[in-house]
Amino acid sequence: MAILLFFLFAALAVGSVLGMIISRNQAYSALFLVLAFACLGGLYGLLGAPFMAVVQIIIYAGAIMVLFIFVIMMINLGEGISPEKKKWTIAAAVFMGLILLAEIVFAIKGAPAVPMIGQEMAGTSPIEIGRLLFTKYLYPFEITSILIIAALVGAVVLVKKRDGE
Amino acid sequence: MIPPGYFFILSVVLFSLGIIAFFLKRDLITQFMAIEIMLNAANLAFLALAGSSNFLDAQVIVFFIITVAAAEAAIGLAIVLLIFRKKKTIKTETLNSMKG
Repeated sequence: MAILLFFLFAALAVGSVLGMIISRNQAYSALFLVLAFACLGGLYGLLGAPFMAVVQIIIYAGAIMVLFIFVIMMINLGEGISPEKKKWTIAAAVFMGLILLAEIVFAIKGAPAVPMIGQEMAGTSPIEIGRLLFTKYLYPFEITSILIIAALVGAVVLVKKRDGE
Repeated sequence: MIPPGYFFILSVVLFSLGIIAFFLKRDLITQFMAIEIMLNAANLAFLALAGSSNFLDAQVIVFFIITVAAAEAAIGLAIVLLIFRKKKTIKTETLNSMKG
């Protein structure tokens, strides 16, 4: 059952990333990406990390992609920009991607074998993550909140229309 | 049970697709999306390794990565918007001057 779900999510994720590459319209690209991130959320669930699955769907597929879609609407390019037309750039991009793929596959093959995912880690409860977050990782957690505020203020200041513009 | 190798292969494939998308696309927003794909592929590999070694801290670290990615997306998109206002385009090949 789990393996079937894995292949379903994996195929959907790869397929929607391919769709994002193929589609010319930026809004469609963004929607394909929402699907891909939701599938990744499902994969996190299969890995026994239900909390991360929910965070992935709420923050990535929800908040970040909504931000992307807002900016796409504000920029409003109409029918969008056609993908790369020059043949050699397409060839170079695919070539580089495939070389990287081969490289990482070889690196993984050389790595020591990783044990199978055991039954016991199926479902780490959010309680333990919360406990870790507020004890061992309390300072990083607080620093992250400052980072978020800084990013928010920075975004507002960057985009704000100045007088006389 | 699912062997962790499957997750690694998937993560590698997604990362390579992200790289290919980054080079094929010609506007800033879709290239930014390609970067997000690569980030997610790395997260997937991280969680797969953590799952096979039952390392709970990894989930907290991935949580931080996602939060930082949210901050990064906010700033990055603000910059894209700023470029669009200045240049009236986000095609990368027209953005070829270092000075505004």
